[in-house]
Amino acid sequence: MKNITAERFTNGKPNLRRFHQARWDEPVIFELGQPGQRGILVPEVEEGIKSQVGDALAGIPDGLRRKDPPKLPEMAQPAVLRHYDHLSQENLGVDFNIDVGQGTCTMKYSPKVNDQLARMPEMTELHPLQDESTVQGILEIMYRFEQILKEISGLERFTLQPGAGSVAIYTNASIMRAYHEARGEAKQRDEMITTIFSHPSDAACAKVAGYKVITLYPDPEGYPDLEALKAAVSERTAGLLITNPEDTGIFNPKIAEFTRIIHAAGGLCSYDQANANGMLGITRAREAGFDLCHFNLHKTFSTPHGCGGPAVGATGVTQELARFLPVPIVDFDGQKYFLNYDPADSIGKIRPFYGVAPVVLKAYAWVMALGAAGLREVAEVAVLNNNYLMKKVLAIHGVAAPYAAGKRRVEQVRYSWQTLFEETGVHSEALGIRAADFGVHYWTSHHPYVVPEPCTLEPTESYSKEELDEYAAILEHVAGEAYSDPNLVRSAPHNSTVHTIDHHPFDDPQQWAITWRAYLRKTGQER
Amino acid sequence: MTQKKIVYPYIPNSAPEVKAQMLRDVDASSVEAFYADVPAALRIQGQMDLPEPFLSEYALRRHVEGLLRKNTTTQQYLNFLGAGCYQHHVPAICDEINQRGEFLTAYAGEPYDDHGRFQSLFEYCSMMGELLEMDVVNVPNYDGFQATATSLRMACRITGRNRVLLAAILGRDKLSRVRDYLKPEIEIASVEHDPKTGGMNLKHLETLLKTESAAVYFENPSYLGSLETHGTEITDLAHKHGALAIVSVDPISLGVLAPPVRYGADIVCGDIQPLGMHMQFGGGQAGFIASQDDEKIVMQYPSRLFGISPTRVPGEYGFGDVAYDRTSFAKREEGNEWVGTAAALWGITAGVYLALMGPQGMKEIGEGILYRSRYAMQEIGKIKGVRSDVFSAPHFKEFVVNFDGTGRKVAELNAALLRKGIFGGKDLSREFPWLGESALVCVTEIHTQEDIDRLVSSLKEVLS
Amino acid sequence: MKRIGLVVNPIAGLGGRVGLKGSDGMELQRKALELGAVPHAVERAAQALQALLPLGAEFELLTYPFAMGAEAARQAGIDPCVLGSIQPGQTSAEDTVRAAREMAENEVRLLLFAGGDGTARDICNAIGMEIPALGIPAGVKIQSAVYATAPRYAGELAAAFLRGETELRQAEVMDLDEDAFRAGRVSACLYGYLKTPYSQRYVQGVKVPSLSRESAVLEAIAGDLADRMKPGWLYIFGPGSTTQAVATHIGFDKTLLGVDAVLDGKIVSADASEADLLRLLSVNRLAEIVVTPIGGQGCIFGRGNQPISPDVIRKVGRAHIRVISTPEKIQALNGHPLWADTGDRAVDEMLSGYLVVLTGYKESVMYKVMA
Repeated sequence: MKNITAERFTNGKPNLRRFHQARWDEPVIFELGQPGQRGILVPEVEEGIKSQVGDALAGIPDGLRRKDPPKLPEMAQPAVLRHYDHLSQENLGVDFNIDVGQGTCTMKYSPKVNDQLARMPEMTELHPLQDESTVQGILEIMYRFEQILKEISGLERFTLQPGAGSVAIYTNASIMRAYHEARGEAKQRDEMITTIFSHPSDAACAKVAGYKVITLYPDPEGYPDLEALKAAVSERTAGLLITNPEDTGIFNPKIAEFTRIIHAAGGLCSYDQANANGMLGITRAREAGFDLCHFNLHKTFSTPHGCGGPAVGATGVTQELARFLPVPIVDFDGQKYFLNYDPADSIGKIRPFYGVAPVVLKAYAWVMALGAAGLREVAEVAVLNNNYLMKKVLAIHGVAAPYAAGKRRVEQVRYSWQTLFEETGVHSEALGIRAADFGVHYWTSHHPYVVPEPCTLEPTESYSKEELDEYAAILEHVAGEAYSDPNLVRSAPHNSTVHTIDHHPFDDPQQWAITWRAYLRKTGQER
Repeated sequence: MTQKKIVYPYIPNSAPEVKAQMLRDVDASSVEAFYADVPAALRIQGQMDLPEPFLSEYALRRHVEGLLRKNTTTQQYLNFLGAGCYQHHVPAICDEINQRGEFLTAYAGEPYDDHGRFQSLFEYCSMMGELLEMDVVNVPNYDGFQATATSLRMACRITGRNRVLLAAILGRDKLSRVRDYLKPEIEIASVEHDPKTGGMNLKHLETLLKTESAAVYFENPSYLGSLETHGTEITDLAHKHGALAIVSVDPISLGVLAPPVRYGADIVCGDIQPLGMHMQFGGGQAGFIASQDDEKIVMQYPSRLFGISPTRVPGEYGFGDVAYDRTSFAKREEGNEWVGTAAALWGITAGVYLALMGPQGMKEIGEGILYRSRYAMQEIGKIKGVRSDVFSAPHFKEFVVNFDGTGRKVAELNAALLRKGIFGGKDLSREFPWLGESALVCVTEIHTQEDIDRLVSSLKEVLS
Repeated sequence: MKRIGLVVNPIAGLGGRVGLKGSDGMELQRKALELGAVPHAVERAAQALQALLPLGAEFELLTYPFAMGAEAARQAGIDPCVLGSIQPGQTSAEDTVRAAREMAENEVRLLLFAGGDGTARDICNAIGMEIPALGIPAGVKIQSAVYATAPRYAGELAAAFLRGETELRQAEVMDLDEDAFRAGRVSACLYGYLKTPYSQRYVQGVKVPSLSRESAVLEAIAGDLADRMKPGWLYIFGPGSTTQAVATHIGFDKTLLGVDAVLDGKIVSADASEADLLRLLSVNRLAEIVVTPIGGQGCIFGRGNQPISPDVIRKVGRAHIRVISTPEKIQALNGHPLWADTGDRAVDEMLSGYLVVLTGYKESVMYKVMA
């Protein structure tokens, strides 16, 4: 028997995986099945009902009746299952890869036990309008989780309604508006301040809430510019929406000064805690002077991202602002948990019912598996992992970490491959696509690219030293290819489900096809 | 204080030896080195005051299960609650697919990492497109409330006007969401309903349309279950005055009911929770917005739109973002509203649901709901002092039951039903005081004749 | 077959490496060569051309002999169609102008040129906005926005242009007074405009070009500005394509290179002089100045908008200065502050600090201004 294991190493280091993504060459679902096939049968209507009612459609005017059956696929059950199983295999979840490449997204491990708990009928089969006495368990979980968030942030009341981070930011902007309205200053205070390295939704959501947005650029050191803030505040300032650490992974040491200046001008401060993972148990919104904050439960609190939701953006405020929170909030009267519709000046509803309860349940279970010491461990290891990976990445030729160069970072880093680009002509985006050939994600940055040729990595606490080594080795390999064989990188992917996609149709109204029916029409195909 | 060092199973590098090695590798004496920028005054002193954790998975499971068992489910009790969250059968395959780690734990990868997500969501949009007979459907947004609010804002951007007209019969919560979302620049006016049918008062609509408006919005079925039978007249009036017609629908009705485009809707929206999502205490909601393939409208969608395209290999399907520059990611505050995490997994699930159901399944389920809800209306209407014909229009899935003739309060009746293991219809007395003591009763394909009969007999007992 | 023209100014950049600040004039070039300068414009042009190779036989390259283009083409592995004749080693601005004219007459779709600000100025003289042109940076002084930020970017942009993935915009041709520059004074002026391909993301792969993004942004800025404009106020618009486009969206015809004054929606003085402005200001005390930074260098006063003199600025007041810019133009400054060089130190000081830069509808950036 030969030593196969030895062949998996070169110079003592493990070889890169010879990864290949599943490639089922899967048809679009409309091409599958046959007329008459059924995927599931629905409960038949009993004769007793039929005979009494007669014609179910009686009274429904002709114009309101469907004439042509919808052209949905007609497929047998196993065919549907296999189709979607194939598609799932052509997808790369956290469960399958060293997911440090989707920076700002906090792609940590989502414990399976929490998913199992959330699938219990005592969670899934609850109607939100059931009598409170029959939902005491889920209300208790929501209430307990609020207490946890209060301690983590230092703020005093939370709503769990917002369906993700962006709508949480919107909720905060909306609460600020309600606060200024209550003081008769809503008209006058129409400017919201943010920074260029905060999440783009901070600006976008403020605008939807009706605000003008003033963006601050970093100072020469790479920190948010305090002098620019001083120049920006006025009697028109409604508030500040800011992430900290910013998407560069740099913590703003003058954050308390920022909030003080805003308060002195009569504004409120909202803390976008999308990047909270390295801060759990280290520092809080309250001490930094924030009036509002939000946490993404699908990021920091481990709940699975679900391809982009469902999610929760838990939103917290000080006692003073609690009267503006969306209704209802969950309360406890010493005997039972109940839905409290009291908040006098509530901004109203942000979401139907009370938020995505199963996500709250999973986040609660995650915290309860870790406790205070465990959350602190999460933060410390996430930050250690990040600085460890940064050291490895910066050893690769062609990459840098601009802004506050030479400083350590918190939980993520926005790198720049500008040097590599100048020397090879290979863009960061191409490196990312090539990285997919090795079974990992890689993300550049939000647009516009302030850091040139960007790449944002966030290792979280969920990956081992060996896995971080492996990710760095992939990057090093890909960067090396950019120098030795740039066309190999430019023509990537090679081991993915699909090859280079023609992007032109996506921006051409004559060609774009957002549904199969549009595609058939635009390609002149008969149905 | 000496504490036992815990190695956390979720945190690979929490093993002390590994941690120490990594610290050495980055020339840091402790993790404090990474927090140098956090001023001392902002540091948490000591440990946070959180409950003691359940460190073993077994203990954790026991704790959470213990809490959940305090709930009573709609499997244990007979449920007639609806009002935006509906109990339908969830096919096993729906759960099977959305539990797969490949979908459940993925997020925002490019088409080269996450082809499956792009294709399955494109297919979801395409199947919704068939149901709605529209060429453009978005990747799900948060919920039906958001879909309505966003559709209205889209109409304002498209028409350059800032006033919208909403049908009077609208859930109070949804109205609240819309009000907040349209603030501060968009004005809302309410179109009176015809008290007999529950439909829109066309005269009043015409009067309101004399002031420049961006959109006329109604729901089919309405929040109270009644169908709007004058869809064409309403949309004609809207168009005559340069306004768009926006209709919110229950997608599960569309196997039997005409898609709103057939009566002139420009934008159709709603919530896909009925299509394969468990109720989850309201956690299964997800919104859709659809329209025809008109560049003017498409460019105003704030949500992601996935498109199909060739790759460099002949015969290979590729997918990607259509008109990416619309989104707030690409344009920061110039974007239309915003794009973010919403409810993609429920979109994939609804796709699975529609593929399983097919045209025949959608027809049968629609008919089944019509039969059962009509049967329930008839039977409940037979109870002395109880009216189930508050609106004369036909209904789908839900209907108003009025108890004024019995002199009893809905709250009290529901409490009595609860003791009999039944969740009665939603109490409308605070939401719609003009309906008196009324409840909104929901009947779907999961209800058997026996279930409905049991509700009727229980009501009779409670009332006697 | 798509035709591209290439004109290389072989001696561009000569001065830089030997500390001469520019290379205009034969005398200076000789001096530079004597000092040991090595021309690198050819090499830079070749770098840019390499990005065109994937287009294969889809295009034809028209160029001038030897170092004015043919050498760069061959270095990049392209067999060009060579026009004209020159005296190797003794090329001048006239050669650049003549070459550019010939390319235009031969109907090239795009003229690539390698050089510095002086070269851009020659190209501008030769073709104006007749055909699209794009600069490959090779000179000492690059103030003009007609240049890509790196040779490779120029090549990629050109390829994207040929694939129809870009839009065209007017980009500034700036030039310094080289005598003043060598004497240690910076004095640049806006010389003119070239029509230049532009794309926020002309790169391969994932991201795609925008649908008329820049014009949408300019419209958004115009929308915001229009909301703020009040009757009875005098609005002094500085030169430039940004202010011109914004003015067009608001609804009046502004001159491209001049300073125009607007009152109640009408132009009351086009291509105004300082005296014109001062006269208007003596009647209308309520006034605002609308200016845009010069692309790539960030100057807001003192370059090309001299009619907006220190006196004018003082009269209007700092609080009534509205800087407008696309976000890209701000980003292209790479964190470098805006600056003013009005010739009056006190006014420059007064302008320093932070100014709000309007970058879209209801959106702005708080940006640093250096004296």
